Amino acid sequence: MNSGKNKPAPAGAAESAPARFDVIVVGGGPAGLAATFTLARAGVSVACLERGSWSGSKNMMGGVIYSHPTSRVFPQFWREAPLERHVTRRDMWFATTDSAIKASFESADFGVEPYNSFTVYRARFDKWLAAQATAAGAWMITETLVEDLLREDGRVAGIRSGRPQGDLEADVVIIAEGVNSFLTERAGLASCPPQAANVALAVKEVLALPKEKIEDRFDLEPGAGAAIEIIGEITGGLPGTGFIYTNRDTISIGVGVLLNSLVDNVTEAYTILDKFKQQPQLRRLIQGASPREYSAHLIPEGGYRCMPQLYGDGVLVAGDAAGMVNPINSEGANLALLSGQMAAETVLACRQQGRFDRAALALYQRRLERSVVIQDLKKYENATPFLASHPQLFGLYPELMAALAREFLTVDNLSKANKEKLLLKLFRSQVPARRLLKDLYDAWRSLT
Amino acid sequence: MPINSVVCIKQVPDTSQVRIDPETGSLVRQGIPSVANPYDLYALETALSIRDRHGGFITALSMGPPQAEEVLRKTLGYGADRAVLLSDRAFAGADTLATTYALAAAVEKIAAGSLVANIGSGKGVDIVFCGKQSIDGDTGQVGPGLARRLSFSQLTYVCSLLEVDLKAMRVKAWRQREDGRELLQAQMPVAVTVTEQCSSIRYASLPGLIAAAKKPVEVWSAADLNVERGRLGLKGSPTRVSKIFAPPARQRGEALSGPGKSAGEMAASLFDRLADRGLKIGRRGG
Repeated sequence: MNSGKNKPAPAGAAESAPARFDVIVVGGGPAGLAATFTLARAGVSVACLERGSWSGSKNMMGGVIYSHPTSRVFPQFWREAPLERHVTRRDMWFATTDSAIKASFESADFGVEPYNSFTVYRARFDKWLAAQATAAGAWMITETLVEDLLREDGRVAGIRSGRPQGDLEADVVIIAEGVNSFLTERAGLASCPPQAANVALAVKEVLALPKEKIEDRFDLEPGAGAAIEIIGEITGGLPGTGFIYTNRDTISIGVGVLLNSLVDNVTEAYTILDKFKQQPQLRRLIQGASPREYSAHLIPEGGYRCMPQLYGDGVLVAGDAAGMVNPINSEGANLALLSGQMAAETVLACRQQGRFDRAALALYQRRLERSVVIQDLKKYENATPFLASHPQLFGLYPELMAALAREFLTVDNLSKANKEKLLLKLFRSQVPARRLLKDLYDAWRSLT
Repeated sequence: MPINSVVCIKQVPDTSQVRIDPETGSLVRQGIPSVANPYDLYALETALSIRDRHGGFITALSMGPPQAEEVLRKTLGYGADRAVLLSDRAFAGADTLATTYALAAAVEKIAAGSLVANIGSGKGVDIVFCGKQSIDGDTGQVGPGLARRLSFSQLTYVCSLLEVDLKAMRVKAWRQREDGRELLQAQMPVAVTVTEQCSSIRYASLPGLIAAAKKPVEVWSAADLNVERGRLGLKGSPTRVSKIFAPPARQRGEALSGPGKSAGEMAASLFDRLADRGLKIGRRGG
């Protein structure tokens, strides 16, 4: 960064500022920065406009990013990027208000290069991504909100920002503006109206705890981390999940719940989070940890059905703005990175022909369809409506599993044979066979 | 004739997010983002508006850790022509005496450079702008200290810089006092410290930001300046902080309220209370 160190004359030392760019990227998150970085490294003049005072400043994600997709854009990023812990353990809890069934997977090879995933603070990680883009030659412009698109003969020809002399022209605009995708709507590309049924609200607290304590409590090797997903009564029976991620010396803990279910049940997400933290098995993990931050953010979960038109004349859409979130596996950042990279590669290919119209940029859609991005989103296209219409998955079933486990493990004067009968009776009384079959069938249809 | 000015910018912790450690009384700076000292941005705007009128060249100057580059980069976005950061371990721990020593040496270097490059009025640096004080140290000494070291005239607590007369090499300004304002005139070169009554910083234009995005921030170490090392940083700082404490929170005043009572009744109850506290009140004609 200190490229100017000890350089004497200021005049002429700076690269002259271009009046237009080949490509403008709107939004400096993972999608936008992957696109910006890829284009800059290929020698294209590219400006990335970010509304925050730096990339990451508006981000609240303290969660997991995956090695493989990230290293496709930023090879061997783990050697330099600010990461918290490499994740060696993934847990899934089925929890009630006072008990939990825990499924845990741990693997030694998750603990060595190239690793599988890392916990990160995106506020720091995105800043690092932006520094890579700058080093590759991109123009990072922060604190600048893009308010509209410029049009010329019906095609997108640039952007209008809120700054004085705020218009800027380009051959192509890549919209990577995140979940509140106003420009996508303005460009006439949106397919679903913004609806509470299509977004989840995630609330999160960051709690400070000494790193030795984290490693003790979560049973981790030094530097290794755990990611825990929690389903059950913990979300008040609403469609959503809880999560805990271990960072270096903090813990991220939160819940994500479909926004419309909060509205329908007249509940606030923070009330759910407060209850969640009182769950005894969970409380033990965070005991004595002091709160550092509280934040909330929307996550687009409309999935494939709500995906906007991804390309138009002179415009592409990537990342959250394009609804690229897989709610089943809690993946978003990696889809954003990959789609940003593919948007950039599409632009590079189109530059060869000097054409940026719809027909040429349709290549982006074809690339995405061949990739995990659209394949995964298509696979789970019915997931969000399925989960929303089957609240028993978040209330009844975990509750029942716990009840069965409790009964099975309790030793009393019931003979084992009678115990089995009792368990079966208990199960049938809660879930008639027909209903179980239907739920299984629905799940199979929606999720496989 | 254009004016060559230097604006001193200090990187300070964003006080809206600073907490005070109740035990030690010191600021908890860990993890707190840094911003430009707000008064320094009023100083920068004052310099920019003078350049708008007369033309000229503005150098933003800061001393601090390498991260202070970000704050300086912002000044380039607002329209500063050049940004210089004094960054070296030798500068660390400086009080205002050592700070002004290093900054003055940098201003002299900038002045010498502008003479060679024929920037500004052709007389070196014409005006040094500072904020009236920093929001973390609050001393208000750096501006006047610079004036003294550079043998510049000085105008402190300027709330409005009225006019710059390039022929006579004079500036005229309103100075804020506790009891009012005074109109002052000073000979250039001059050091000016400004208050929040000056215009707040402009909204940088998009072309300005683009131009700034890749402008280098020059980093100077102690070796780049004509200085004696013993007078820099902690070594050159006679000031020692012997104690820090957080001021006790002010007691809330007492408010009298009497719904349905007349003004006369309220006044009477006020008099009674004052009398209870031993205040002697003479009543006219009583």
